[in-house]
Amino acid sequence: MATTACFVIVGKNDSPIYESEVGSGPRKDEAAHLHQFVLHASMDIVQDVVWTTQNMYLKVVDKFGDLFVSTYVTAGQAKLMLLHDLKSEDGIKNFFQEVHELYIKILLNPLYVPGSKITSPQFDARVRMLAKKYL
Amino acid sequence: MKAALRPGDAAFANVEKVNAELFTLTYGAVVRQLLTDHEDVDDVNKQLDSMGYNIGIRLIDEFLAKSNSAKCADFRETADVIAKVGFKMFLGVSPTVANWSPDGKECSLLMDDNPLVDFVELPDTCQGLSYCSILCGVLRGALEMISMRTEVRIVKDMLKGDDVYEIRMRLIETVPEELPYKDDE
Repeated sequence: MATTACFVIVGKNDSPIYESEVGSGPRKDEAAHLHQFVLHASMDIVQDVVWTTQNMYLKVVDKFGDLFVSTYVTAGQAKLMLLHDLKSEDGIKNFFQEVHELYIKILLNPLYVPGSKITSPQFDARVRMLAKKYL
Repeated sequence: MKAALRPGDAAFANVEKVNAELFTLTYGAVVRQLLTDHEDVDDVNKQLDSMGYNIGIRLIDEFLAKSNSAKCADFRETADVIAKVGFKMFLGVSPTVANWSPDGKECSLLMDDNPLVDFVELPDTCQGLSYCSILCGVLRGALEMISMRTEVRIVKDMLKGDDVYEIRMRLIETVPEELPYKDDE
């Protein structure tokens, strides 16, 4: 499993709606800020890459030192972004696809306002479980 | 038991079906809109209940026309028909009738599966919301039209962590049918 991994979902209007540190390594507060910063910086690249392919999975779009940024963009322009230090493309792809399904379930909840923060604890728990399984 | 199940299945086969997701999401949209319109969750519950009532007083006619059910002798039988035929016909599920009070005037409908709440998860801001209170209204309205005044409420809600849906029905009184004219007219 990757020691560093930070997973973020960015909504259509470019505001973060979900974030979690899913790596197995020790948690450092300053690192969390760094991770957010790196992910934020790579969003411009995502916006360019998204037009070059028909796939939702954009693979690795950016690098920062020994960290990689993989992205998956849903049809509704929600960006699932993962910062990781291990390259396992298949695992990440599966991770994204399953999180996508969870995200759809959240969207189908009539009480969830699209574009607002995802607060559901079940969603959080499931994302962490998937991260353990695939990353 | 077998014989009681059969009319439910027949009625279910007779009515028009609608896609379950469309149904669930439509109801969801209604609740969502009510939450936007009313600030207080209790108001939403009340509104849902009164919408249900308006559905119920009309739905009972449809039910009687299509279900071919015979006249019920007492409240026990009524509850049975509601569970086995009514719910099956309109929601596609058959709750079990349980927890009768000794005087036979109060009972519970237990549902494991509720098509109204697929996908739904209550956020912290609407913990007081009784998402399915429309069902209470429907039951109340329908029973009122066949001269039974009832009080219906939800006591267990899977959205709030219970293991089953429990709708409690209490018969307040049987209203004698009023004839619209008097003898001397």
